[in-house]
Amino acid sequence: MSTKDKPYGVLAEFDNPADLMDAASAVNKAGYKQFDTHSPFPIHGMDDAMGLKPSKLGWIVLVHGLIGLMGGVALQVWSMDIAYPVHISGKPYLNFPAFVPVTFALVILLSAFGTFFGLFKMNKLPRLHNPLFNSDRIAKATDDSFFISIQATDPIFAEKKTIEFLKEIGATHTEIIPES
Amino acid sequence: MSQNTAIESDTRLVKGDHDFASITKLITDIPQERTPLWWYIAFGISNVLLAVMLAMVVWLVYQGIGVWGLNNPVGWGWDITNFVWWVGIGHAGTLISAILFLFRQGWRTAINRFAEAMTIFAVMCAGLFPAIHVGRLWTIYWIFPLPNSMQLWPNFNSPLLWDVFAVFTYLVVSTLFWYVGLVPDLATMRDKVKGKISRLVYGTFALGWTGGNRQWQHYEKAYMILAGLATPLVLSVHTIVSFDFAVSIIPGWHTTIFPPYFVAGAVFSGFAMVLSLMIITRKLYKLEDIMTVDHIEKMNIIILVTGNMVGFAYAMEFFIAWYGGVEYEKFAFINRAFGPYAWAYWIMVTCNVVAPQFFWVKKFRRNIALTFALSIVINIGMWFERFVITVTSLAQDFLPSSWGYFSPTYVDVLTYVGTFGLFFTLFLLFLRFLPMVAISEVKGVMPQADPAYYRSQNGNSKSTR
Repeated sequence: MSTKDKPYGVLAEFDNPADLMDAASAVNKAGYKQFDTHSPFPIHGMDDAMGLKPSKLGWIVLVHGLIGLMGGVALQVWSMDIAYPVHISGKPYLNFPAFVPVTFALVILLSAFGTFFGLFKMNKLPRLHNPLFNSDRIAKATDDSFFISIQATDPIFAEKKTIEFLKEIGATHTEIIPES
Repeated sequence: MSQNTAIESDTRLVKGDHDFASITKLITDIPQERTPLWWYIAFGISNVLLAVMLAMVVWLVYQGIGVWGLNNPVGWGWDITNFVWWVGIGHAGTLISAILFLFRQGWRTAINRFAEAMTIFAVMCAGLFPAIHVGRLWTIYWIFPLPNSMQLWPNFNSPLLWDVFAVFTYLVVSTLFWYVGLVPDLATMRDKVKGKISRLVYGTFALGWTGGNRQWQHYEKAYMILAGLATPLVLSVHTIVSFDFAVSIIPGWHTTIFPPYFVAGAVFSGFAMVLSLMIITRKLYKLEDIMTVDHIEKMNIIILVTGNMVGFAYAMEFFIAWYGGVEYEKFAFINRAFGPYAWAYWIMVTCNVVAPQFFWVKKFRRNIALTFALSIVINIGMWFERFVITVTSLAQDFLPSSWGYFSPTYVDVLTYVGTFGLFFTLFLLFLRFLPMVAISEVKGVMPQADPAYYRSQNGNSKSTR
């Protein structure tokens, strides 16, 4: 990907969720695109501060739900009416009310799969290694600390300038993360 | 958030003087510390019971369904009773994790992980019974719509088949929901554990989570969607379980009140089970700051509400049996209360309708010993409810010449007791190796998690660290 001397990016630590939110807002306004904030829990309002578009996950789920719906109806209509119609206590072959529970269960099942795999697909997980973990401090992002990372691939990234900028907006600690 | 400290200390969800780091430490230390002695003892007992269960299942498969007390006319006995009971217990976990999430009940964060684990293990115990009650376990795959040499398909008109789909979907969705919730906490474990192997294992299951907001954004969306999917699902599962009975024409089963009545009963028994487990666990692991008396009180209110719904349903069944004017239906209900199974009926009424009435009084709702005792009583009562429904209607239906009386055999009893071995084996492993409280969610409901907390002039100026 990149040459050895080129870093992966920079990591800046902040004191609390409020400082992180202000900083994220500033980083966004400064024009950075490839940055992320790291926190032990989701912070309300952070999506707007970072200028993120709403998650498209719902559409993925909708598609899966529709597949479940059509698959469920098709399965039952085909097996009960076409493949091998069996006369059962005078009930019609195409007994739609009786098909509702299974169809419903399949809609939920497929939607849940869509949500689950869609989530990890959109988060680009699972991921065996992330250069971010080269930092010792990032481990605290799952405990009680708050970070902003800016990637070196960002068009307006410039090592010294970016670090200075992060310090200006209140970072208590900054570091350069090597690519490997 | 509140300016008045006195009020604040009353409404805070996490008691004691905690910051983010101390919450992390409190939960992540549990899997890292030395395994306590009581754990080995409890695990040993559970393993013995699990072995008993397996032995009984093997005996059943080898010998046939005759080793249970089933015969004509009672073809469903303890097996279906236990199935409905275990599935019902599972429902509280989904109610806490999904429905209370949609209602924005912050207090659920302390117990949702725990209750969801209970759900998954309870559904596993439940699933065992329908699987083995088919008798020829080796042809169990016939219940799935798989292409086969006979070109036959399962009968989609049958509620029993709907049940297969509903329970299977329920198990899968509950597991996915649970795992999605676990990922950020597994990342916390990954970052906390010392050992290389444990770091690798937790790290693998954490999938590379960095706590980035670009991940949290989709995560929160996914969590909400899963909650939205699990909510109708959990209501539908026990509805469909009740269809197993209600769609038949047996007096006492063929009633339209069954779906809501079963769902209320499921939530009722499930909350009782969560309380039984939680009251012991919070003591053993010293989690009283997170699972507080406030939580117990709120759960007792839900028990009171659902208990009265169940009591109302008992009364309504009687009323409709009389009002409907069907001879057999009237007999079925009078026979339940005063026939050969009257003892079971009155145990059910005492445990499910009378016992929860204590919780009208605030003092009793906040009394931990009483809550524990009543939670056990309620679970016994709910087991009897399912027994009464399943067995009394079958034992004495239309023709007096074909009446009978059901008595369980030792295989019935030991299989049921054995499922506790399965349940507690899994549950103890969960307590030992996984973060039993949703760490990230508990942090999220602390006042320090809100950026506004730091901006308010009146806010506590103490740093979070």
